[in-house]
Amino acid sequence: MTGFIDIGALEDIPRQGARVIRTVQGCVAVFRTLDDRVFALDDRCPHKGGPLSEGIVHGDRVTCPLHNWVFDMNSGAAQGADEGAVRTWPVRVEQGRVLISAELVSRPRAA
Amino acid sequence: MKKLVVIGAGMASGRLLEQLFEAAPGEWHVTLFNAEPRGNYNRLMLSPVLSGEKTYEQIVTHDADWYAAHGVDCRFGEPVVRIDRANRAVYSNSGGAPYDALVIATGSAPFIIPVPGSDLPGVVTYRDLEDTNAMIEAGISGKDAVVIGGGLLGLEAAAGMAARGASVTVVHLMGHLMERQLDPAAGYLLQRDLERRGIKVHCKGATKAILGHGRAEAVLLEDGTVHPADLVCMAVGIRPEVRLANDAHLEVERGIVVDDALRTSDPHIFALGECVEHRGQVFGLVAPLYDQAKVLARTLLGEEAAFRPVQTATKLKVTGCDLYSAGDFAEGEGREDIVFRDPGRGIYKRLVLENDRIIGVVMYGDTADGNWFYGLMKDETDISEMRDTLIFGPAFQGGTALDPMAAVAALPPEAEICGCNGVCKGTIVAAVQGGAHTLDAVRACTKASGSCGTCTGLVEQVMKLTLGDGFVAPAPAGMCKCTDHSHEDVRRLIKSMGLKSIPAVMQELGWKTVGGCHSCRPALNYYLLAEYPLDYRDDRQSRFVNERNHANIQKDGTYSVVPRMWGGVTTPQELRAIADAAEKYAVPMVKVTGGQRIDLLGVKKEDLPHIWADLNAAGLVSGHAYSKGLRTVKTCVGSEFCRFGTQDSTGLGIRLEKLLWGSWTPHKVKLGVSGCPRNCAEATCKDVGVICVDSGYQISVAGAAGMEVKETEPLASTPCEDEAVEIITAFIQLYREHARYLDRPYKWVAKVGLDWVKAQIADLPTRRALVERFEISQSVYRRDPWAEHSTTTETPRWAPLADLTLEAAE
Repeated sequence: MTGFIDIGALEDIPRQGARVIRTVQGCVAVFRTLDDRVFALDDRCPHKGGPLSEGIVHGDRVTCPLHNWVFDMNSGAAQGADEGAVRTWPVRVEQGRVLISAELVSRPRAA
Repeated sequence: MKKLVVIGAGMASGRLLEQLFEAAPGEWHVTLFNAEPRGNYNRLMLSPVLSGEKTYEQIVTHDADWYAAHGVDCRFGEPVVRIDRANRAVYSNSGGAPYDALVIATGSAPFIIPVPGSDLPGVVTYRDLEDTNAMIEAGISGKDAVVIGGGLLGLEAAAGMAARGASVTVVHLMGHLMERQLDPAAGYLLQRDLERRGIKVHCKGATKAILGHGRAEAVLLEDGTVHPADLVCMAVGIRPEVRLANDAHLEVERGIVVDDALRTSDPHIFALGECVEHRGQVFGLVAPLYDQAKVLARTLLGEEAAFRPVQTATKLKVTGCDLYSAGDFAEGEGREDIVFRDPGRGIYKRLVLENDRIIGVVMYGDTADGNWFYGLMKDETDISEMRDTLIFGPAFQGGTALDPMAAVAALPPEAEICGCNGVCKGTIVAAVQGGAHTLDAVRACTKASGSCGTCTGLVEQVMKLTLGDGFVAPAPAGMCKCTDHSHEDVRRLIKSMGLKSIPAVMQELGWKTVGGCHSCRPALNYYLLAEYPLDYRDDRQSRFVNERNHANIQKDGTYSVVPRMWGGVTTPQELRAIADAAEKYAVPMVKVTGGQRIDLLGVKKEDLPHIWADLNAAGLVSGHAYSKGLRTVKTCVGSEFCRFGTQDSTGLGIRLEKLLWGSWTPHKVKLGVSGCPRNCAEATCKDVGVICVDSGYQISVAGAAGMEVKETEPLASTPCEDEAVEIITAFIQLYREHARYLDRPYKWVAKVGLDWVKAQIADLPTRRALVERFEISQSVYRRDPWAEHSTTTETPRWAPLADLTLEAAE
């Protein structure tokens, strides 16, 4: 599926912070970096399920608030000695609005 | 036994003797002459002696025991005056010594510019311990000093004197500092860093005369500038000390001419170190001198060996000035440059290429990859494949970061780890296997990392490879991977440089990352708000989730909410409001905490502003149970109800909590106030504990009952409650101003010493000033965060940004 849908204004996401969106595929954290790039990742650390949206954002990385796992928001890959990855979603900003992949409004296909 | 005479006990000859005794003990009997009245010490470490970081005793490399153990006949303080080649003997004024082989290691002498006044008292050179002591003894604190010469030595002298409190000006003849090692861009950055630390720099300054009546008073330059100077240090260069060799009619050009085996024109005489000239080249850095020592030791043992000088890298041993240079970086036909500049962070890197090989490296500000570039240069690696990403260093080659351990594991045993001391990997491995299991032990028996120390990390990696998990590397000195500055340095620099925001700190202190990390940002945020409570704007995004959301995050992402109960006292109305809130927001668990408060566990994030609003309406405010700040003041019922209670401990607890609440501290702070020595409030395992007794209040501090259990230690006793409150407030402010982030008071007190803390608190003006600064800070921070976040504009921000489950249903 292609296409993007509008989820809100960039200004509604704090710089170096995140807001959550609810989707049929679970909660997704939409991050805004210091230089106004946006990233969307599942709001669940693969380690113990910590809400990544509440982590500290540094550069294009985020640190899980529960046990300090660090993820690269470009790839979703855990950094350092930790192994694992968070699913990432296509997201972009157009004219101050945040657009996210329309995949998130459809139910995941059964595997 | 054959007789070896060595003239000069410098670093090169010291190394020669070590190599000789190690390879063939008993083969040579050594007589060692030295003009200085002492044996070998590490001349590279004179700068730390000058700045006061080290003492002479700490830089001695060979002591009397060592010479005795190897049977060296030490003739210290006895300059050799003549070499008698015909009879193979040398003579001092106290007698002679015959030799089978003679080594001249007379080093070099500092060059003095022959301007008028250069012979005045107060004009010194910077070469040996005498010079260093002369500068120290001149008592330069608060006085003016001029260093003539902006090279390596001159700048180290300048930094050392500045560290001792002198007002230092560096006069340099050339257009930029360290022009032999740096290009103009890097020289500019170095100048800027030095000026930032108060050292004045005057480039293109030619000295005309040193002025003064009976003693140096000022330096006059050709352009007419006069720099006042109580002390003038000449550090303009050195020249090989060749007088003895000249007198003995050995072949001498700029230095004593030697062949590859370090032999002079007389086959029984060798020369070593800064006094030699090898294939037209003379030497001033230590690494090639150590190579010479190795070669000469083998020559003396009858082995074939040849000295081949290699390019060496230069580092400046001035804290905070990170520069690295190696090779040739002059511009020329067929040479190309790759340059990286980040003026904001003061970073500059330049590689000079020729035929797809690196021939020169200049780096300033970020020198972490220096050794990697140097390796490529030394090995003449063809870099055409990685040219696009070369300047970004090893981490960017092949897409993934190289594992430093793997790189060290791959090194052969003869690979050199410590360049200053010429220690190879095999030697370190052998030392570790022989029982040296700490860095200090390895240093003691191999000297690896004992000089400039930049290879410490490498040495640790070799130790870790050898010991496996048995080796625990000491914690790095830096705050985190983003900076090499320690917490203490950062706090000091925030204050001294007037840095008032996180970006300013990162910019000015050369942070290596964009935007820091989860460890340094909360620390910086705290340091700034503690330093500038009135000016600094708290950075919410640099706070850990609990402080950002003013509630404790739980394992399932819900939060626990703890309202404040002053001194542990509540009312039926408050309890009713708490019960109502618990029901309304379907709180799964209501629990009493260890600090006598009620905890509502399992609140959803979007409900937080609503439950706060409800609790606020009943007069309850945040208990800060989540904060690096004042948490609780635990109390017993004291004189009001208890038959043993001697004072109103409950009242004092409430008073303290109302005074201290809302204050941010390096770590959480908990207090306990007990009404009698039965100590029902368990005050003696808190950060601050008060035991009320008949005669007044016993205040003790630095207890713990968490990861460690520790009893408090007495701080002060007072009969007066007001004074008790003042003492406690001052203690907490002292902790706020001095502790590193995430150190509980007991850790901080252990570092600074309870005696120092007591002295600060006991001194009335100091105590009052601490209390005053605390109150200034509290004028901003003594307010309820729940109220601020439960307003109608803030509340919507706690809910999801969008709910796409609804769209899907449509």
